[in-house]
Amino acid sequence: MKLLVCISKAPDTTSKIAFTDGNTKFDENGVQYIVNPYDEWYALVRALELVEANGGSVTTITVGTAADEPTIRKALAIGANDAVRIDAPATDPYFVAKQIAEYAKDKGFDVILTGKETIDFNGAQVSGMIAEILDLPFVSLAQKMEVAGNTATIERDVPGGSEIIEVATPFVLSAAKGMAEQRIPNMRGIMAARTKPLTVVPAVSVENATTVVSYELPPAKSECKYFTADQMDELVAALHNEAKAI
Amino acid sequence: MSVLVFVESKDGKFSKAAFEAVSYGNKIGTTTVITFGDASDDVLAGLGNYGASKVLVNKSVDGKNEQQLTRLIHAAAEATGAETVVMIQDQLGKAIAPRVAARMNAGHISGAVALPDTSNGFVVKTYVYSGKAFANVKVNTPKRVISLVSNALAPVATGGSASVEVFNADLGDAKIKVKEMKSQGAGVPLPEAELVVSAGRGLKGPENWGIVEDLAKALGATTACSRPVADIGWRPHHEHVGQTGVAIRPNLYIAAGISGAIQHLAGVNSSKTIVVINTDSEAPFFKAANYGVVGDAFDVLPRLTEAINKFKAAQ
Ligand SMILES: Cc1cc2nc3c(=O)[nH]c(=O)nc-3n(C[C@H](O)[C@H](O)[C@H](O)COP(=O)(O)OP(=O)(O)OC[C@H]3O[C@@H](n4cnc5c(N)ncnc54)[C@H](O)[C@@H]3O)c2cc1C
Repeated sequence: MKLLVCISKAPDTTSKIAFTDGNTKFDENGVQYIVNPYDEWYALVRALELVEANGGSVTTITVGTAADEPTIRKALAIGANDAVRIDAPATDPYFVAKQIAEYAKDKGFDVILTGKETIDFNGAQVSGMIAEILDLPFVSLAQKMEVAGNTATIERDVPGGSEIIEVATPFVLSAAKGMAEQRIPNMRGIMAARTKPLTVVPAVSVENATTVVSYELPPAKSECKYFTADQMDELVAALHNEAKAI
Repeated sequence: MSVLVFVESKDGKFSKAAFEAVSYGNKIGTTTVITFGDASDDVLAGLGNYGASKVLVNKSVDGKNEQQLTRLIHAAAEATGAETVVMIQDQLGKAIAPRVAARMNAGHISGAVALPDTSNGFVVKTYVYSGKAFANVKVNTPKRVISLVSNALAPVATGGSASVEVFNADLGDAKIKVKEMKSQGAGVPLPEAELVVSAGRGLKGPENWGIVEDLAKALGATTACSRPVADIGWRPHHEHVGQTGVAIRPNLYIAAGISGAIQHLAGVNSSKTIVVINTDSEAPFFKAANYGVVGDAFDVLPRLTEAINKFKAAQ
């Protein structure tokens, strides 16, 4: 079984979100980058479990600059066999999808896994785009996956319930909560990661389909108004008259 | 400008999110809807009330196969000459909008919260950093796909009616097979809910959720929970909201016994009104709240339920 896991970096979940250069750039000052949690906890760990059970290999792929290598090494420390970095900043989802599709198209991967979205752009775009470019089925928001031969059985929540679906390899999958449990890399993993192969591949030329022109922070919340437990009628009146929420 | 809006009917009906998407399209240009399934012609024509001039319906496609839906939408965009495709940023939209964009060589705006600004190119405001910020994203391609988050822009009734036409296209093979469906029961799914009552570890145990459900019932709200509560199995996973759970933007979010950790806030801070009930007056959640009650949820929730019932009875 040959699996490709797309790994993106993301600012740590406790990062202060601020912008610089006239609100055109994310302020990286003091920001700690982590492996995007959905990529790490769910996509990568489930890929590792499948390969541990069935044999095969897990390759990670990242579109990014040399600054992304610590997050790539973290994925290797958790257990991926080798890593690929497409050498370009990840500026647009279509650009990223095209790079990954270009790399993967003739390598015979059984499943290409991503997290359900990154926690910075929340776009959930790259996986579907890879699938379309490669003309493969795409299973989004998968919460359980078993693979037997060339058939995968996948469980996921859908609005109003859940479903179990079947799809033949190769396909693209985005992983959501439930797929696996987070793994903390041990010392041996961290040591081994230093010498695992990390191949740097030049990017293919693709125009960015979108560009972020500026960022904004949400308007500050007004002060919290307090009510005591005895003032529930007043709270309900405020929700009705003032907030118009009910 | 010609716009194509993709919406899905459920049990023969369209949701408010669908009306929002059609209204959104209508504000950009002449809007055709592409849909599938077995909604009646009356229901389909009813989309005209939100600005659709024509509704194309495919009666054969199986809604589980996003590859086929992608081809359907692409074919409809070609047939109508649409430069802009609008969808809803829900589970189906997340699965197919990027595919449609890649197929049309279109830039994709995911998570739009406002109408496009066309004063300098085509720029749409979207939420990023799990709702902690917005980005103004410019589309560089002649065509674009916009996925709209629900509850961002209210639907606008125009009083119009749409013509309905069956639309067929070459859809290729169905590659995904649904083997089993489990229903979770009735109720508005969390991402679409306008009213949400949520509770956290402060409720102490699953046996205490009755007071949360009572309030939700009184309001007609959907229930949610914090992550640890889902992790320890007090509540089902689909109720988990936050950065790593469902991101919601209801009109009203009531949180009881939730501390308001940054990862929790990330999924709920786009709510229009937030009410926080917590014993600890220093709980971080109060900083994000519009209304706060410093008190014991076991005491406050039943009183609030009673006040809501009284209010409803007087309406
Ligand atoms: C990478 C990452 C991602 C995460 N993603 C999410 C996410 O998506 N969603 C999420 O929710 N969390 C997430 N978390 C966890 C988050 O950091 C918090 O741990 C979690 O939200 C806390 O849940 P809680 O508020 O229910 O529990 P606690 O933090 O234990 O808070 C319980 C609160 O209840 C109050 N309380 C106690 N008794 C009562 C009472 N009788 N009446 C009223 N109030 C009472 C307490 O004062 C306290 O404020 C994430 C964490 C990490 C590291």
